[in-house]
Amino acid sequence: MITLAHLLTLSAILFALSVAGIFLNRKNVLLLLMCIELLLLAANFNFVAFSRYLGQLDGQIFVFFVLTVAAAESAIGLAILVVLFRERRSINVEELNELQG
Amino acid sequence: MNQNLLLAIPMLPLLAALLAGLAAKVIGRAGAAAVTIGAVGIACVLSCIVLWQLLTGAVPNFDGTVYTWLVSDGVHMQVGFLIDRLSALMMVVVTFVSLCVHVYTIGYMSDDPGYQRFFAYISLFTFSMLMLVMANNFMQLFFGWEAVGVVSYLLIGFWYTRPTAIFASLKAFLVNRIGDFGFVLGIAGVLYYTGSLDYQNAFAAAPVIAGKTLVLFQGHGWSALTVVCICLFVGAMGKSAQVPLHVWLPDSMEGPTPISALIHAATMVTAGIFMVARMSPLFEYSPTALSFVLVIGATTALFMGFLGIVNNDIKRVIAYSTLSQLGYMTVALGVSGYSVAMFHLMTHAFFKALLFLAAGAVIIAMHHEQDMRKMGGLRHRMPVTYWTALIGALALIGTPFFSGFYSKDALIDAVHASTRYGAGYAYWCVLLGVFVTALYTFRMMFMTFHGPERLDHHAQEHFHDVGWDMKAPLVALAIPSAIIGYLTVEPILFGGYFGDAIKVLEGHDVVADLSTEWPGPAAFALHALVSAPAWLAALGVLTAWWFVLKRPELGDAVRERFSGINRVLVNKYYFDWFNENVVAALARGLGVLLWRGGDQLVIDGAIVNGSAEAVGRLAGVTRLLQSGFLYSYAFWMIIGLALSLGWFLVHI
Repeated sequence: MITLAHLLTLSAILFALSVAGIFLNRKNVLLLLMCIELLLLAANFNFVAFSRYLGQLDGQIFVFFVLTVAAAESAIGLAILVVLFRERRSINVEELNELQG
Repeated sequence: MNQNLLLAIPMLPLLAALLAGLAAKVIGRAGAAAVTIGAVGIACVLSCIVLWQLLTGAVPNFDGTVYTWLVSDGVHMQVGFLIDRLSALMMVVVTFVSLCVHVYTIGYMSDDPGYQRFFAYISLFTFSMLMLVMANNFMQLFFGWEAVGVVSYLLIGFWYTRPTAIFASLKAFLVNRIGDFGFVLGIAGVLYYTGSLDYQNAFAAAPVIAGKTLVLFQGHGWSALTVVCICLFVGAMGKSAQVPLHVWLPDSMEGPTPISALIHAATMVTAGIFMVARMSPLFEYSPTALSFVLVIGATTALFMGFLGIVNNDIKRVIAYSTLSQLGYMTVALGVSGYSVAMFHLMTHAFFKALLFLAAGAVIIAMHHEQDMRKMGGLRHRMPVTYWTALIGALALIGTPFFSGFYSKDALIDAVHASTRYGAGYAYWCVLLGVFVTALYTFRMMFMTFHGPERLDHHAQEHFHDVGWDMKAPLVALAIPSAIIGYLTVEPILFGGYFGDAIKVLEGHDVVADLSTEWPGPAAFALHALVSAPAWLAALGVLTAWWFVLKRPELGDAVRERFSGINRVLVNKYYFDWFNENVVAALARGLGVLLWRGGDQLVIDGAIVNGSAEAVGRLAGVTRLLQSGFLYSYAFWMIIGLALSLGWFLVHI
């Protein structure tokens, strides 16, 4: 029997993986975007899990919204990425430190 | 009394001033003169009508509000007129002298580019002075007081391209500010104690205020009324040029001569005297304040006279004479002889304006030469000026039967009769002052009109006697200078002329004491021939004659012999030196201290620029925290989120 705890644990693992990916990845901005997607999916997982646990559909409806926003966000992110690459000829995270004080 | 008639008296000169000043291009030079002279002439006629109506008893005194400016917390700020015999007398004197000066100006300023401006200013002055004397409340009094001060400032600096004129006008303005500060404090005191700015309320409350005590310093109680009166008198000291606030008056001679006659001899400088006489119901309850007035006046009367002896500038001699005569009036106020002070004010207005206008005629004839050492023998060249000036001089020194004699002798007798503290000192001052007055007056007359001609080449060549436009005012002023004392001494001093306008308490009334021995004007004059003042005056004239005409070389010997005294007198008792090197230096030092220390160091340095620099330095440190790497920002965001969540969990 899969309980709520299992689902939440899986979601937490996904979340932790994605955060770790953001921190540890020093090479590729594309990976950062993917990690953010994963982060959102982990959150969605929680919505679905609680929706099932409470027997209400609200959470699942919410997931649709989040997915929509996530799609839009990654579209914008990729567009920025393309422009960035054209400007800098690189998408290396290590080199993107224009804002250093 | 018709209110519109009263309103017309000050408003006509104001309208004329506006017309002459603002529409100068439209009405032209002759137009400006005609408009202002017409307006002042009508005002003069109306003032005479008002005085006549009051004298015949056809109408009662007028005391009413014309316009309410604002009402705040029960305090009414109004324009109102109090017309009684005191203010009516002043109105006639002011408008008459003003009219004479207006006419005289046509000739005096004829080749001046500021012709219309000058007419606008003197007309504006007439308006201000009328507002001052007609006021029935302190607010309007103060308005007139300041307005005449402003016009005086403008007229002293009339020739604004001369640095000395600018300096003199600024000096007059600043010294008057000191006096006005006291004056405002006095008015504030009246308002504080009576809750009203109206004369009548203040006068009615005077005995009550006299009983109150004001603690200025811990443990030193003062009579509230004494403080109020002395504050008001400080204002009068500024305006009427009493020691030590007299320093501006001699310098004010930088202005054109007509205004020296009008403003700095006949009218504005007597505003202080008029004000104290008007406030007699207040001053009467404070013998301390009156003693203060007395001593200041006596000091001015004598010591400013000495300065007239050593001066060689014809206008400055008359200016010091004015100071001295103002001192005489102040002395009369100090012994509760308000009517004598007003009487002397009136006679002085005529003969001193006359002397100034005569001096102005001499200056114009000499082509703007004011040094008496370069004159002499002018009586043949300008006889009308000489004879009118002689009448003025005889009136000034108190020759029997001339106007100045009646006012000055009555004044000296009043001081002699007084028992007020300081009256003994004042008596000797005014008595000795008679000799000094005669000495400097006739020194001036002899140096200017008698003896050999000492004109330089330039003056010889350009000498031209003045026209009748300038002589006519001299004659018009010479007549009252000669006879008005004889005609009016009895009604004004002993006939109860002022009635309720002047209040003298029982036991202070020195004038009433005099009236018991009053033999009539003619007998009074004959009696004076055997009294001290007349002999002192004669001695003064004789001394002047001896030193100027008979033995001119003696003057240098005396100067040599008494070089110490001479130096003190030439330096005007070092008042200017003191003001410039101590008062002004201290003020400047304080200013520099506040500027460097307060403004530049604290405000600019620490507060304004300092705060900006502090922000800059803080930012310099915090910018090192910015790595610019996306992952580190994300990391810190997560850490922050975790910390705040943790805090949330622990505390909820």
